[in-house]
Amino acid sequence: MNTQTDVADKLSEKVTTFLAEHDPVTTDRVEFLRARFDAGLAWVQFPIGRGGLGLAPDLQQQVDARFAEAGAPDNHPRINVIGLGMAAPTLMAYGTEDQLDTFLRPLWTGEQIWCQLFSEPGAGSDLAAVATRAVRDGDHWVVDGQKVWTSSAQNAQLAILLARTDPDVPKHAGLTYFICDMTDPGIEVRPLRQITGEAEFNEVFLTGVRIPDSQRLGAVGEGWKVANATLNNERLAIGGGPVPRESGMVGVVAAAWRANPGRRPDLHARLMELWVESEAARLTGQRLRQKLAVGQPGPEGAAMKLTFARLAQQLSGLELELLGEVGLRYDDWTLRRPLEVDFLGRGPGYRYLRAKGNSIEGGTSEILLNIVAERVLGLPPEPRVDRDVPFKELVK
Amino acid sequence: MTELNLLYTDVEDDLRRTIRDLLEDRLDPSAVIAMYDGDRTVVDPLWKAITQDLGLAGLLIPEAEGGVGASARAVAVVCEELGRAVAPVPFLTSAVVATIAVAGSGHEVVADLAAGATTAALAVPFTTAPEGPLPALVATHGALTGTVSSVAGALEADVLLVPVEEPDGLAIYAVPVAAATVQAVASLDMSRQLADVSLDAAPGTRVRGDAVDSVRAALRAGAAMLASEQVGVAAWCLAGTVDYLRERRQFGRQVGSFQALKHRLADLYVGVESGTAVARYAAAALAADDSDCEVATAIAASYCGNLAVTAAEEALQLHGGIGMTWEHPVHLYLKRAKTDQLAFGHPGEHRRRLADLVDLSFDASDAGKSQ
Repeated sequence: MNTQTDVADKLSEKVTTFLAEHDPVTTDRVEFLRARFDAGLAWVQFPIGRGGLGLAPDLQQQVDARFAEAGAPDNHPRINVIGLGMAAPTLMAYGTEDQLDTFLRPLWTGEQIWCQLFSEPGAGSDLAAVATRAVRDGDHWVVDGQKVWTSSAQNAQLAILLARTDPDVPKHAGLTYFICDMTDPGIEVRPLRQITGEAEFNEVFLTGVRIPDSQRLGAVGEGWKVANATLNNERLAIGGGPVPRESGMVGVVAAAWRANPGRRPDLHARLMELWVESEAARLTGQRLRQKLAVGQPGPEGAAMKLTFARLAQQLSGLELELLGEVGLRYDDWTLRRPLEVDFLGRGPGYRYLRAKGNSIEGGTSEILLNIVAERVLGLPPEPRVDRDVPFKELVK
Repeated sequence: MTELNLLYTDVEDDLRRTIRDLLEDRLDPSAVIAMYDGDRTVVDPLWKAITQDLGLAGLLIPEAEGGVGASARAVAVVCEELGRAVAPVPFLTSAVVATIAVAGSGHEVVADLAAGATTAALAVPFTTAPEGPLPALVATHGALTGTVSSVAGALEADVLLVPVEEPDGLAIYAVPVAAATVQAVASLDMSRQLADVSLDAAPGTRVRGDAVDSVRAALRAGAAMLASEQVGVAAWCLAGTVDYLRERRQFGRQVGSFQALKHRLADLYVGVESGTAVARYAAAALAADDSDCEVATAIAASYCGNLAVTAAEEALQLHGGIGMTWEHPVHLYLKRAKTDQLAFGHPGEHRRRLADLVDLSFDASDAGKSQ
């Protein structure tokens, strides 16, 4: 008896039954998604009662495929990336039963969009240096400070927030993690325009924002540990199926070459070098996926992101050069506020400029190199001058 | 579409342990260093241990013809370990290239190769690319005349497999080394020392006619397996340098704690991981006779050729002064890596071939029109 097949068959049956009982076409979209969550078909790796069935995460793909086939509405995963990819696993790891009851279902259905209030003007790579203060006031916390690089803030109802609750201890020890209501009157969201002309991100100013203590995630002072659970989920999700050759930026540039071959030999030489490197990156991802059959993110994901960022930048730069005069034009500088990001979307100028962010967002390439060197290769860290000093005494 | 397995199977890992144990036992780096001063005594016993004791010479030959009937995946693991140790044995030239050149010919040399009784070398310059022009000698009534320079594996060979131009196409002849002049040349990589071969009306037996495809297949397999050797070279350079930078102290700290150095090793790690993936893909595609085999080989040859050189150059620089010394083995890897980069076609030649294969050709006739 192959138990693995057995589990997959039973799961498939469950989907069939669900679809028979909830017509994906006529059922109200939100009602349909709530019912799917309650049936444990939202994320099968989560426990029963929490939208899952306690199964292996790779089984989710077959479930999603069945729902897509049936023409069922999805939960718009691309506009709730932070909620689904980061807040949910952190809630599962550290949330109380009440918090899970309150937040998990509307998060998954997309009724509540989440954003992340982590980075600050003075805390980028050095995230543990966040200065936004949370001060206890009875059974509430009062939060003041400024966050930055917050995507979806203009669209979000909730946020995961990292704030300083004790400036008298070293920086890692004085942080606490909260769930913040983005509709609080003390929240001000200002678009932050980027080099592409778009305002994909925001600055968020917090002034006297009140958060009930029941929305604290993890213990007071344990915010750094909880934040790391979140960040471990940020780096490149490895799941999914095989990636075809010439996916992503290399496909765009190869198509540009084919549309108009016969360019200069130096451009051709660079194209082929980058084509080979892109293929090497694709096969490395395939190998990593085969190695981690269950798709747990690890430090190897940091290595993948390094390569991805470098190739996206080099290829998008080459594309402009291939295009010659056409490469000098830009599609539109108007300030736009996109709700989802497509690195390949829009024109070649946009691709070139947007790719510059790939080596900064989600961990700069320099920090990722540290992660690879220290956690994979076991090289010693740089000596730290701030580790044992109370936060308030650090030179800022 | 079934996806090729890019991991190492348990059987392949066992094979790796076996060959690694043997090399750790029988091959001291100082013996390879001695080869640069003309002492080649390490070669014969080591090669015998690999062919006779481990029986690895016939890996690619089917059992029916006296071989092991293993796949290119297993052969790649052997090449990786031989690269990791810069082992001075003619495995790649005899058990891969020469073997594939005569595979299925029914000639007696196949059984001898399978048994490890004979060591052979394909008489072409080590730089010959799979799709490049093939050098050929002439035969008059079975007597061969001509010269081939820079042949790898000829010094260790008993039999030379010589491409010969006949009126109806290319043929391969087997010539006993005793009938040829094999002149060793001082080589950049003395752990795979090259030789100039000249034949003057030398007697040979005809192994096969219509041999262009066989020779190209042999060179292509050589390039694919060389990629695994290059991964082995690069992996040694990375591991050795990581170890050294954890030990070495300057300015009161381990030098591996400086970001300027550790970032270079992290980059190298990313390269070695990628090289492993492409070399595994080439080996798996060859083993499965996959339709993507030629593309896979060109990718691996292009990527791994440069990777090994980068790894060896970084290893040398990051070792500092000691890396420049004769006693430290890092120079063995640099010399092997730089030589390997030119073997079976330069990475640039493989990329040019790849461009044709994946519809990204450079059309010179149209060049400049749109710029």
